[in-house]
Amino acid sequence: MSSLISLIQAAIVFGTVILFGSTGEILTEKSGNLNLGVPGIMYIGGIAGLATAFFYESHAAVPHGIVGLLLSLIVSFAAACVAGLIYSFLTITLRANQNVTGLTLSIFGSGVANLFGGSLNNMAGGVGQISVAVTSRAYRAYFPALAGLGPVGKIVFQYGFMVYLAIIVAIFITWFINRSRVGLNLRAVGESPATADAASINVTKYKYLATCLGAGISGLGGLYYTMDYIKGTWATDGTIEKLGWLAVALVIFASWKAVRGIWGAYLFGLLFWAYFYISGLTRASSELFKMLPYLVTIVVLIVVSLRKRRENQPPASLGLSYFREDR
Amino acid sequence: MSTVHHSHGVPLIRIVKRTSLSRPHAWAIRVLAVILALVVCALLIYALTNLNPIRVYNSMFQGAFGTGKRTWVTLRDSMTLLCIAVGLAPAFKMRFWNIGAEGQVLVGGLVTAALMLYIGASFPTWLLLVLMFVCSAAAGAVWGLVPAVFKARWNTNETLFTLMMNYIAIQLTSYFVARWEHPFGSNTVGIIPRDGSKAGWLPNLLSEGFNKDFGWNIIIVLVITAAVFAYLKYSKHGYEIAVVGESENTARYAGISVGKVYMRTMLLSGAICGIAGFIAVSGASHTISVSTAGGRGFTAIIVAWLAKFNTFTMIIISLLLVFLEKGAIQIASEFNLNDYASQVITGIILFFIIGSEFFINYRLVFRGKGGHRA
Repeated sequence: MSSLISLIQAAIVFGTVILFGSTGEILTEKSGNLNLGVPGIMYIGGIAGLATAFFYESHAAVPHGIVGLLLSLIVSFAAACVAGLIYSFLTITLRANQNVTGLTLSIFGSGVANLFGGSLNNMAGGVGQISVAVTSRAYRAYFPALAGLGPVGKIVFQYGFMVYLAIIVAIFITWFINRSRVGLNLRAVGESPATADAASINVTKYKYLATCLGAGISGLGGLYYTMDYIKGTWATDGTIEKLGWLAVALVIFASWKAVRGIWGAYLFGLLFWAYFYISGLTRASSELFKMLPYLVTIVVLIVVSLRKRRENQPPASLGLSYFREDR
Repeated sequence: MSTVHHSHGVPLIRIVKRTSLSRPHAWAIRVLAVILALVVCALLIYALTNLNPIRVYNSMFQGAFGTGKRTWVTLRDSMTLLCIAVGLAPAFKMRFWNIGAEGQVLVGGLVTAALMLYIGASFPTWLLLVLMFVCSAAAGAVWGLVPAVFKARWNTNETLFTLMMNYIAIQLTSYFVARWEHPFGSNTVGIIPRDGSKAGWLPNLLSEGFNKDFGWNIIIVLVITAAVFAYLKYSKHGYEIAVVGESENTARYAGISVGKVYMRTMLLSGAICGIAGFIAVSGASHTISVSTAGGRGFTAIIVAWLAKFNTFTMIIISLLLVFLEKGAIQIASEFNLNDYASQVITGIILFFIIGSEFFINYRLVFRGKGGHRA
């Protein structure tokens, strides 16, 4: 029983990282931009938040967790938006190829994050491992009273606030895309920019905003990873990159619906950690088990293309840049 | 969209597609972009280290070409990157987004390592090398073919499918690394074959022994590069690839079986990437790990795209990128930064090159200046 609870907890914590990533990417892709820079963006979000918390904690006389939390949250979101801005400028204004630009952003983001992450580890001196204990504790705080309500309390309430933020953001983005006027315009831009342009929707503005804000949301995944998942430290082991690609996979799995991404993310988490709770696996065969999320994504990809249901398809102009004079 | 600033309905800057641009002019723009990027990187290096950037670039050069050994290693790594990019060229020319080179390289390397481990001792060297070459190509081809079959049959999105295939390959490699672990607990396979016989290593070209020059790596890759160039430019298959890439509907109208072209081309693309895995294992690292491909599958995508599918242009771009990588690793160790500085520098330079394509394809026209070139 307790191992089942800890499996579910591990799945939810894991899922939260990729849920942020995929929710942001869904918003981006709805504007027709396929941003393969998600791993880089999550890296940048993670390191920006960590560096902010580090400088705050090492400069403030008595660091306060909530202040560190707010500062790092804001800086992390802003830095990830800037990463999205680089992508937007190159693909929207300069009409560069989206795949190539996204992959470059992934290389760049991982480089920036690990360069500074490594330097921070050096600066932290001593054991050579940066730690922002105060801020990280604020990220991981939960209500003991609620978490004490037996197994349900543990499964539902024993997490830092960002787990719930991820769910709220996913629900809000779904509502925004499907129900709001602006969201309708955004979908029009992603499906047929020429038509949207003719209906006097400012295509450039929509693409820029959706991509930058989407990147900001994806970046929070990196922040959650550094602050909560690995408790306010930095590791140059490339985990964020793996998680970033899983977030891209989750977008497909959820067939561009952020709400579907919520349970999808937790399912990925379950699949990812399942090997840990199955007895009798060797270290080798557990590696085969870690294939599951990717295999499931491929199966979903195939099923979606087989069924050809219109509401499950990617936005029609996904991956293409728009040039008015080309019409 | 071209509107930057409205005034009396005429925008301040208009963007016009260039009809044609002479090749020297286009290259001048690209070179300018690289120079600009190097200036930006110099500023960044100065900000991080307070060192004279010229000195830093000098030590970058030393890092890549400072000694004979370093020059060979730089050439060797450029050739591996080039091989992957050349493998991607046919797929990209057909507008088939093969993001799966990383996985195709890995399975190629995995098969090579398996052959070295299990039958290395019992075969003559030349036969073993031929066998590894063929099997690695076959493994890469299978990895490339699977997404192509689904794309041909059901139009399944190939970008995402090939991306996922990378991770299947990575987990498969992790599995075998754990099985072949040596010494126990190291989570690495160590140098193979275990008996120290070096059976299955690509030998030196210019002298006896191993690891002094990498002439065979260079010859194999350059032959493939020339062959793919000719295949794309002069063969009927190459023509069909070009037509499918321009427009699927045109291809169908012309009686080309698009699905067949997809599968055939991806078989070739995957096979060449698999061979790159063979070269990486047999000709360079002599071991296998999840970083055998080391992100080069992704970097090669950028190489192939920037070279506009011209495999000879890819030689220059591969050399440039590997030079940057080696140089940045050198400055990192000399000036106490970490290796990731190379990724940052590479990223910045790629951003500039990607951006410069805009000024090659389009020109800016300022209001009131009519047809003047901007």
